[in-house]
Amino acid sequence: MLYTENKPIDEILESLGDEKNIFLLACDGCADVCETGGQKALLEVKAELEKAGKNISGTALVDFLCNKILVATRLAREAESLQKADSVLALTCGIGVQAVAKVVDKVVHPAANTVSLGGLHGLWPAEELCQACGQCVLDYTGGICPIAFCAKHLLNGPCGGSQDGKCEVDKDTDCAWQLIYDRLKSLDKLDSLARIIEAKDWQQSTSVEQRKIKFTKAML
Amino acid sequence: MKSESRLEKVFTAGRFAVTCELGPPQSSNPETIKKKAEYCLGKVDGVNITDNQTAIVRMSSIAAGVIAMSCGLEPIMQMVCRDRNRIAMQSDILGAAGLGIKNILCLSGDHQKFGNHPEAKNVFDIDSTQLIAMVKRMRDDKQFLSGDRIKDHEPKLFIGAVANPFADPFEFRVMRLAKKIEAGADFIQTQCIFDIDRFGEWMKLVVKAGLHKKVYILAGLTPVRSHRALQYMKNEVAGMSIPDELIKRMESSKDAKEEGVKICLEMIEKVKKMEGVAGIHLMPIGWESITPVILERAGLLPRTEV
Repeated sequence: MLYTENKPIDEILESLGDEKNIFLLACDGCADVCETGGQKALLEVKAELEKAGKNISGTALVDFLCNKILVATRLAREAESLQKADSVLALTCGIGVQAVAKVVDKVVHPAANTVSLGGLHGLWPAEELCQACGQCVLDYTGGICPIAFCAKHLLNGPCGGSQDGKCEVDKDTDCAWQLIYDRLKSLDKLDSLARIIEAKDWQQSTSVEQRKIKFTKAML
Repeated sequence: MKSESRLEKVFTAGRFAVTCELGPPQSSNPETIKKKAEYCLGKVDGVNITDNQTAIVRMSSIAAGVIAMSCGLEPIMQMVCRDRNRIAMQSDILGAAGLGIKNILCLSGDHQKFGNHPEAKNVFDIDSTQLIAMVKRMRDDKQFLSGDRIKDHEPKLFIGAVANPFADPFEFRVMRLAKKIEAGADFIQTQCIFDIDRFGEWMKLVVKAGLHKKVYILAGLTPVRSHRALQYMKNEVAGMSIPDELIKRMESSKDAKEEGVKICLEMIEKVKKMEGVAGIHLMPIGWESITPVILERAGLLPRTEV
């Protein structure tokens, strides 16, 4: 189970910026239980975005957004509306956002923060990782997580040890920031890396926050 | 002036600055620092005191900096993000400034895997760009990172950062420099330059972006005594670019030490001619005694008072 909390709508709108046409993708797995995904959240977010003047080019509900095969299969039926979208807003956990970013050639914005990895999870092996830092930055980093994949959890670009695409800590491991750079370059979004990301609020991270999760009957 | 730093005065006076590196000992012996200090006293505008470089435990950069200061040198205190969180860092910044330190160099820090405590848990509460912004906020806005006010005696530090023109992605390196400048860096120290062509290419991009007018750039230089040192750095040290011709030149030389000095002198001449280079930073790893020799032969002595 990946516990998620909704990002404030203002933060989502700021992240969407000038992007007008948005494709909404909601997870019907863990996120549904946390009420950050599922049909209900999908309709609520749709209404909020439309109120803010956005055009929803399409929507889709997928059982598990962390499963790239399920995502790709479902989105194959939405090719046209996806094509029209400037970006995708994913109502899911950090792993879901990363999986969707691997499937679509668009910026994928997270609609939620992942705050804990408690309980049973891990139904299939996958290379996407989430550390439940509680302040998801995946839209800014092209769907590749610097907290999980950078050995120094750097937020403002690669350290001086990144060479030939590899991490200084292990020459067999890709430098997360090289991957982020390549991905954003392919999306023509390198400008977003010019923004300075301020010091993170670690109060939201799993090590602090998971003790405070209020379990509802639906969750257990 | 943003600080009371001598280095800042040298830069603002438009002089070609010279700094060198002083690595603290893996012991509590102050004499080691005093001995190294003798080589650079009166010959440099500042000494850069490393902070547990390559993640090997050494005397703290603040303590070693204060000892260097007692010898008459101006220390540039390195601070890495690997070992301390924002509370400890701000506390040490206040302490360092209270002890008379006037310069700070902000870095991410080498990963602990490379040091003598690879079992350690790293911190990286904040990254180097965020550290720069934090020091600037403490100095200029008289505020802690939390926003709480520093009621008096804000730390007036001259803020340095590093840049590595030899790391990848190359195109991002200038953007990263721009971010560090925007965050508040006053001066920049580069990674050791052996690949002068790539450094020149990077400097051109820096000048094209107008960044040389916003920050003082010190070109990092390391004199070497043997071709093996170059080979080691090429194979083992992350983020280095060492041309094979340079290794061959050192290998075929009859007097490798003299060849190493000559190469360093040639590099100094080349970087001096590049637009946007405001000085050099010498890093004679384990060969501190060569510092005065190189500076003398490069015509950079005596250092005039500012």
